[in-house]
Amino acid sequence: MALAAIDWGFILIQTVETSLGLEAAVYALAAVGLNVHFGYAGLLNFGQVGFVAMGAYGMGLSVTLWNLNPFLALVVGMGFAAAFALILGVPTLRLRGDYLAIVTIAAAEIVRLLARSTTLGEITRGAEGLHGFIGPFRELNPFDPGAEYGIGPVQFGGNQFFAIVVGWALTAVALVVIRQLMRSPWGRVVKAIREDEDAARALGKNAYWYKLQALILGGVIGGLAGMVQALGKATIQPDSFVPAYTFFFWTVLILGGVGRIWSPVVGAMIFWAMLTFFQGTLTAMVNEGLIPTALMDTSQVSQIRFMLVGVGLALLMVFRPQGIFGSREEMMLDVR
Amino acid sequence: MAGVMLLMAAPAVGQSSETVGTRLRYQDEHGQRTPVEGVVISVAAVDGSEVGAGHTDSDGVFEAPVPGPGVYLVSIDVDTLPAGIRLREPDRTTVEVEVLESRDGRAIFSLISGNAEPMEESGGVSVRRVAQLTTEGVKLGLFLGMAAIGLSLVFGTTGLVNFAHGEMVTWGMLSAYFFNYFGLAGIFGFMAGWWPPLGEGVNLIFAAILAVIVGGTTGFVMDRWVFGPLRIRGVSLIAQMVVTIGLSILARYIFLFIFGGNLRFFRDYSAQSALQIWIIEITPKDLITVVLSVLILIGVGFFLQLTQTGKAMRAVADNRDLAESSGINVQRVIRIVWVGAGSLAGLGGVFIGLAEQLSWLIGFRMLLLIFAGVVLGGLGTAYGALLGCLLVGIGIQLSTLFIPVELKNIGALVVLALVLVVRPQGLLGRRERFG
Repeated sequence: MALAAIDWGFILIQTVETSLGLEAAVYALAAVGLNVHFGYAGLLNFGQVGFVAMGAYGMGLSVTLWNLNPFLALVVGMGFAAAFALILGVPTLRLRGDYLAIVTIAAAEIVRLLARSTTLGEITRGAEGLHGFIGPFRELNPFDPGAEYGIGPVQFGGNQFFAIVVGWALTAVALVVIRQLMRSPWGRVVKAIREDEDAARALGKNAYWYKLQALILGGVIGGLAGMVQALGKATIQPDSFVPAYTFFFWTVLILGGVGRIWSPVVGAMIFWAMLTFFQGTLTAMVNEGLIPTALMDTSQVSQIRFMLVGVGLALLMVFRPQGIFGSREEMMLDVR
Repeated sequence: MAGVMLLMAAPAVGQSSETVGTRLRYQDEHGQRTPVEGVVISVAAVDGSEVGAGHTDSDGVFEAPVPGPGVYLVSIDVDTLPAGIRLREPDRTTVEVEVLESRDGRAIFSLISGNAEPMEESGGVSVRRVAQLTTEGVKLGLFLGMAAIGLSLVFGTTGLVNFAHGEMVTWGMLSAYFFNYFGLAGIFGFMAGWWPPLGEGVNLIFAAILAVIVGGTTGFVMDRWVFGPLRIRGVSLIAQMVVTIGLSILARYIFLFIFGGNLRFFRDYSAQSALQIWIIEITPKDLITVVLSVLILIGVGFFLQLTQTGKAMRAVADNRDLAESSGINVQRVIRIVWVGAGSLAGLGGVFIGLAEQLSWLIGFRMLLLIFAGVVLGGLGTAYGALLGCLLVGIGIQLSTLFIPVELKNIGALVVLALVLVVRPQGLLGRRERFG
């Protein structure tokens, strides 16, 4: 069998790298935000990628446009995401859940279109993407950019490793904050609104206000994901925020189990391990001629990846909506 | 899988370096597509640095090798166009082209011949421009409305927002494309040599009819084997909505896989010279599709208003439990709604493809505009969807009087948010508690 010709070691190393590295950290953070929205508050946010983009651009523009220091840039990025949450939430959160879904998916696409438009090209650098903001952040890097960090064959460059450490550190902070919040009276009200909004209102809770707070909190965490991604890639490309990525986050969340503290982290690791292994195997099979190029070339492998996520999301939602670790009761919610 | 081949993907495979270029042709008075030679074309990177420039050859083709995948700007020097030939949109002298790995980028400049005056420069508000843009807006609105009625009725009868509806539009467009060019042999290579429409292409009119049938069948399949069983299983509407999202991503990237990322045209009627009616320029194909869509929409209106099934649909949309208890077979009504929604979306896709270019992503872009229209008119109402889409279409086109063309769709989506603040039930929706 020509399967033996495939470099399985290389694929395995890549699989471990993405499931521990930047990709998983970014997706985990974005899914933590989504977990606050959907898992705890029951909000249908179909535009999480818009929050991610807002965070990234907020941070990038703070440096390229206003020359702020990295910590202020972080705050500005969070501010961008929070403002986005307000713009989306104020008109829609009094309405039924599907309106939020429609508006968020549209708004996320607006952000991307605006960022890549020539009208804002002077500021956001259009489709080319934003560069030249990474300098001040790299100065904070305690790791040696020239050295390799990691265990055994899994190695990351210094700059990359810095972004990964920041990403997982922020994830840890977010998880602790959410864990404490959800055990507080605030968390109980939010979950009560998810279960039965009318009952919560009857008890005198301002459901609209709580939902808005949850939207902002989850959105800001999504914004952090964007900042980590920008930190790791040293560039902000508008087309890395296409609408489909929102549903990658959804898949991560549902895979791990909605409404569980750890689920986004576990989900992100499993998601990236499966995706990278699949993509690596398929690419290798194309390169080794096991799949004829008339059928598929390597550039089409990533399209297969999107298809796979689409099918996976639909099947998960039908057959195992509680994911791997979630409980079924957490998912018994409905729009009406 | 032997015998299955992808004709569409095949030509681009195996090239080591990418090029960017264009092919200039126009349709002369005999309907012949004529190449335009000797026009100066230049290709630049997004930062403005020139990548290549030259003249189109005797086939009207110009190609420049580019350093790699990315976005490039292709500009045409309109002064070098032969006399009597001009751009359909005089403002679009530069086109943005995205080059994917081992895929060439092709800029499309729509050329028309004729003695009619060119469309006026943007920026100024004139009677002619307002009339022209309103016409374009009505056209867009009608096509959106055709797709939107299905979305709105599916929502009205089942409560489900179908995020895959945009892909049903693309699906109609692409199946018409394949029937038009290759027949089914374009997807299943072993069918080559069979009779049309299996082995070879047919005229677009037949292809459109086939696309409507394909769309209706898809609607049937969606209800019979996907959403019908989900309803019976008691899967929540939120979960069903996420399922539609999963299906839409799946479909979108299957389209990209088979069709590729390039923009294309139908084989027939793609380049027509515009007729001058009063101060409005409209191509014959646009005129015909507009008239056809008006007739079809009136037909849908009569169907909803007068027939037993149509009344049952409105009854189910109005109050499902009451409809069921008065003896209406709700599941059957929903099945018919899905079939109708699929067919109308497919036809809308063909019309949109005729008016613009074909692309794998067009359905999603349209979906956002359809949402704007449907919410504006009132989610769940058939006539509201139509009215909202007409207003959105006209609004989008007229907004280009004041804002850059590339931002016009964004305006529609901002309106969507504003409507939700002021009148969440939409123009024709019934007031109820939404909270």
